[in-house]
Amino acid sequence: MSSRSRKLLKLHLEPWRMLAVGGLLLGGMVLVAGRALYLQGINTDYLQGKGNALTNRNLTLPAHRGQVSDRYGQLLAISTPVESLWARADELKLNPVQQAQLAKVLDMPLQDLSKKLARKTRGEFSVRRPVTPEQAVRIAAMGVPGLYLRREFRRYYPAGEVSAHVVGFTNVDDLGQEGVERAYQDWLAGREGARQVVRDRRGNTIRDLAPIKTAQMGGNLALALDLKIQYLAHRELSAAVATHKAKGGSVVVLDAKTGEILALANQPNFNPNNRRNYEPGPMRNRAVIDTFEPGSTIKPFVAAAVLERGLYHPDSVIDTPETWRVGNKLVRDLHPRPQMTVSEIIQRSSNVGAVKLAMSLTPQQYWEVLHRSGFGELPGSGFPGETAGRLRDAALWRPVEHATMAYGYGLSVSLLQLSRAYMAFANDGEVMPLSFLKREPQEIVGERVFSPSVAREVRAMMEAVTQEGGTGTRTRVPGYRVAGKTGTAHKLVDGRYAPDRYLSSFVGMAPASNPRLIIGVAIDEPSGGVYYGGSVAGPVFAQVMAASLRQLALPPDAPETETRMTERGPSIATRTGGGA
Amino acid sequence: MSRINIILALALIASALAVVQAQHRSRTYFVELERLKKESRALDEQWGQLQLEQGTWANPARVDALARAQLGLVEPQADRIHVETWTGRP
Repeated sequence: MSSRSRKLLKLHLEPWRMLAVGGLLLGGMVLVAGRALYLQGINTDYLQGKGNALTNRNLTLPAHRGQVSDRYGQLLAISTPVESLWARADELKLNPVQQAQLAKVLDMPLQDLSKKLARKTRGEFSVRRPVTPEQAVRIAAMGVPGLYLRREFRRYYPAGEVSAHVVGFTNVDDLGQEGVERAYQDWLAGREGARQVVRDRRGNTIRDLAPIKTAQMGGNLALALDLKIQYLAHRELSAAVATHKAKGGSVVVLDAKTGEILALANQPNFNPNNRRNYEPGPMRNRAVIDTFEPGSTIKPFVAAAVLERGLYHPDSVIDTPETWRVGNKLVRDLHPRPQMTVSEIIQRSSNVGAVKLAMSLTPQQYWEVLHRSGFGELPGSGFPGETAGRLRDAALWRPVEHATMAYGYGLSVSLLQLSRAYMAFANDGEVMPLSFLKREPQEIVGERVFSPSVAREVRAMMEAVTQEGGTGTRTRVPGYRVAGKTGTAHKLVDGRYAPDRYLSSFVGMAPASNPRLIIGVAIDEPSGGVYYGGSVAGPVFAQVMAASLRQLALPPDAPETETRMTERGPSIATRTGGGA
Repeated sequence: MSRINIILALALIASALAVVQAQHRSRTYFVELERLKKESRALDEQWGQLQLEQGTWANPARVDALARAQLGLVEPQADRIHVETWTGRP
């Protein structure tokens, strides 16, 4: 090689170029190293998080709402999974053959289905919720794109309208709105849980990362209701309301010994499974939240008040003229008699007699007895919207009000409250706290309202109501002794008492020798011509009481059952003829 | 020296494989457990549905209507009821 070519071959690099490129490269490396150091060393969470997002999931564990059942375990409310048919508008592709097939499966006319499917052009919408399991299978088999089944939980009420007022219902978000569903919402709802898991490629959960917070399933609720008695009460009440063309009515059945509410039915009624056409009126649990002026059903409390003060005996004779004036009010009797015993005043429901008895007490004394019996106070059943009724303070009573309160006007009560008050006579003076929930047979502390002797004396008077000469002869139950009181109260309309609108009631207990059941019946505005409490509410009472006593297999205690000894074995009690 | 190295290396490999196998078994069992839990939930739901079905069929109103209409049953009148009381001597 010549020196000249060697000179040409020699690389002629400026030193600053080398340094510049070298510097740039070095700078780039430092940047990358620095970033790597930062990501791996200082801020690890970012990459870590990205990695975890691939496999880790946070799951919520849903809580299943608890069941509601009657005292024997018959289901009244249950949440069950159902399939609903949803459609995604932009994916939906349905040819006419498939449309016809779908209409047939859903059992709806083709035009309705087409209209429904064409209703929305974007997003998701429901086509039918819920669909039956058979329909779900057939729709899935059709394999229509854009149509899919979604699993939802839905609340069902197998007893339907029979127990609707007591059980209540939930809304779309599974929150109790009325009745027991609302009163015990926290117990029934439970709490949802959470878990953090690692998922594999196929979607299987392979590992828990943190301790599982288990979902607390909703607790089940056993009500005191007896579905058979509830059904009978419902059936008899709706028959009576229809027969007497009444605006409505209520029936309450209480266990006299334990205070449990065995049945509670109202008319008008509603079906909790199908609340498409909501009307607030029929959803009112009238027996618990509506009040009325009790009329003659208050008279036993007047009798108890004077008896316990020793002012009168059941056989004391009172002058009961046909009319009696108090202030500017003329009190009159429907079936007057010149003289009646205290017992007959209750038996014949004498207004004049009741006023005279009540006026022998001071307003404070009479008020105190009513207050002790539970009027003007909450019955304490735990039902949402329960009313305390109205009992005005004795200091505000004018004499005429004192008088009208003797035969049940001027105070307002609910049927539940009234039935609870009668527990004092049924349970020898002791009132048990009410309960919608089934009670274990244990010591329940009751409230002493009257002494046992006074309670029994008043009960004997009420037994006479159901016998000849009494106002409640249609309340008799064959084979059993019944005690109770009828009530026929004029209704207050626009501040005045309507002459032809009544509230007919009857509250009674059986067997009178040792009452186990108390049944209160109220029929609102019977307009079929018959309106006396004994004639309208009485037969309902008799039917429901007869069936309930049979249901509980309580032995008959009527005196007409006589025992007859046979040659061998146990004695046989048979009924001699008769019985109403 | 190298003998011990080889033995230790083999032991290391063996224990590493054992870890992998244990982890795999653990995951398999976990998947099985999840499957059984899911089955348990499905059975619970099925029980609820059966209860609901039973409640619907045994609805007192339905039974009442069927008893009267299809079977022609009536409530016995008082004169047909014969009450026996047990005086308590077995």
